[in-house]
Amino acid sequence: MSLKDFFNKKRKYATIPSERQQPTNMNEGVMTKCPECKSIIYTKELKKYDMVCISCGHHLSMTAYERIDSLLDEKTFEEYDAGMTSANPLDFPEYHQKLDKDREKTGLNEAVVTGEGYMEDCPVVIGVMDSRFRMGSMGSVVGEKIARAIEAALTKNRPFIMFAASGGARMQEGVLSLMQMAKTSAALKRLDEKGLLYISVMTDPTTGGVSASFASLGDYNFAEPKALIGFAGRRIIEQTIREELPDDFQTAEFLLKHGQLDRVIPRDEMKDTLVKILDIHGYKEQ
Amino acid sequence: MHSYLPFEKPVIELREKIAELKSFTEEKEIDLSDEISTLEDRLEQLEKDIYGNLQPWQRVQIARHGERPTTLDYINYLFTDFMEMHGDRLYGDDEAIVGGIAKFKGRPVTVIGHQRGKDTKENLKRNFGMPHPEGYRKALRLMKQAEKFSRPVICFIDTKGAFPGKAAEERGQSEAIARNIMEMAGLKVPVISVVIGEGGSGGALALGVGNEIHMLENSTYSVISPEGASALLWKDASYAKEASETMKITAPDLKELEIIDKMIPEVRGGAHKDLEQQVIYIDEVLEHSLHTLAKLSEDELVLNRYDKYQKIGLLAGENVVPSTE
Ligand SMILES: [Zn+2]
Repeated sequence: MSLKDFFNKKRKYATIPSERQQPTNMNEGVMTKCPECKSIIYTKELKKYDMVCISCGHHLSMTAYERIDSLLDEKTFEEYDAGMTSANPLDFPEYHQKLDKDREKTGLNEAVVTGEGYMEDCPVVIGVMDSRFRMGSMGSVVGEKIARAIEAALTKNRPFIMFAASGGARMQEGVLSLMQMAKTSAALKRLDEKGLLYISVMTDPTTGGVSASFASLGDYNFAEPKALIGFAGRRIIEQTIREELPDDFQTAEFLLKHGQLDRVIPRDEMKDTLVKILDIHGYKEQ
Repeated sequence: MHSYLPFEKPVIELREKIAELKSFTEEKEIDLSDEISTLEDRLEQLEKDIYGNLQPWQRVQIARHGERPTTLDYINYLFTDFMEMHGDRLYGDDEAIVGGIAKFKGRPVTVIGHQRGKDTKENLKRNFGMPHPEGYRKALRLMKQAEKFSRPVICFIDTKGAFPGKAAEERGQSEAIARNIMEMAGLKVPVISVVIGEGGSGGALALGVGNEIHMLENSTYSVISPEGASALLWKDASYAKEASETMKITAPDLKELEIIDKMIPEVRGGAHKDLEQQVIYIDEVLEHSLHTLAKLSEDELVLNRYDKYQKIGLLAGENVVPSTE
């Protein structure tokens, strides 16, 4: 299929309307089991606390829109590029079917949602990944949406905030995925040179090519408690060095201890912390 | 005598047969020149058939050949006055990456590359060409130095990947790679990257954000090794050959995907068969790249690199005109 065919291809899937419905997910059931302490909790209750377990404090994963709702001022979010979808550059077997399935499951077109909005009246550009979609992996669309969001921040003189949640590069797009690391990082270089603020928040999991590109390049690198963060997979490391790894290996706390993070921020303090930083950098209007 | 790869067996066998016949005619003083000449024609055809039509998995094997020339082999031939510089000033000196200053046809350059060994002892010293964060930080230090003194940066890529280890994670493997990628994007001097062997994932890209990227004909560049792809995608590591085809990792593949600028030809059968001839091929391409990039201003160099990467990727759906346009 030629490039032109891709452009002309009719969209099979509706984009997310602005008054969107809550995407379907595993938490749609009435009750949710905490993967950490195994407590059974009312999903409604769990959502009230931004998916933090009431009995043990474990941070369950949030959908991209739940995250955006928890951070931005009500009805201020304007999404970018919601209708962008993945092509199949390598003609990889079953890739399209897998994408279809995840679109249906999540109500998303891809693994990242980008856009602009306000946080306590501070204008921001924000990107939030959703690990339910192809494990949050970065292919051409994820790379492009993030690079465009950074360019929007540049044009509008706004700070950029990125919430990573990704297993790494999208294998089905091969070396094109790898190059998205350069695409996003090059855009961040421009942001950096213009003196604009970039805050990176790593959530569970942030690994591989995402960890080794934009997620590690914040002026401030933060993480949620116990988030898995690392370059190589634990199993590969164990096979390579034939050594037992500590239990907390590649957790947010482990990275903090080794000087790789500025802070670990619990979810209930996230918005306040970000707003404080925005304020210190002069982004709070009036 | 080079050690040969399985798919080369017919060529080697025929070559041996010809040699045998030749010594036989000398011993017995019989004229077999017609037969020998026929066999030599057949050998020529066989070589063309096999080497002229290499399959992805065969290229992978050549890229991994134990005798394949390394960064230091090329540096010694391509440059004069190479002086290696060590250390990242933060932690240590990673011998899986070498770098330093040199001259290319009289002009000062900075040269950096992954360095593997050719035997077990050297491979242990070089950690099989798989760098730790300090290797990438050394490379970045040398690139920034090149920028300060306005000289081009030439990188040779030859790694299975960044080292997957406990210490590497503790010292920030992700951050080291990410930082290199970001800073390379902003360098105000020409940057040329040449993949000479295996270009494995982020660990390769950390030396790969160039204005021009070239690949030797039998080198590979990929997001994951064929074995890794096989295990991950088909839950079985034994489909590496198939994965090497599906994943599009060879120089011809990357040329077709418009990710690399030039595919540098290799001597028949692979660079290890004739290093000096291979050097000539690389020399020509480097010379041309440096000449082209010398015409660009600092800002143009940065913009040229930016546009190159913003264009990569295939999109569908709404509003997919590339963002740079
Ligand atoms: Zn719990």
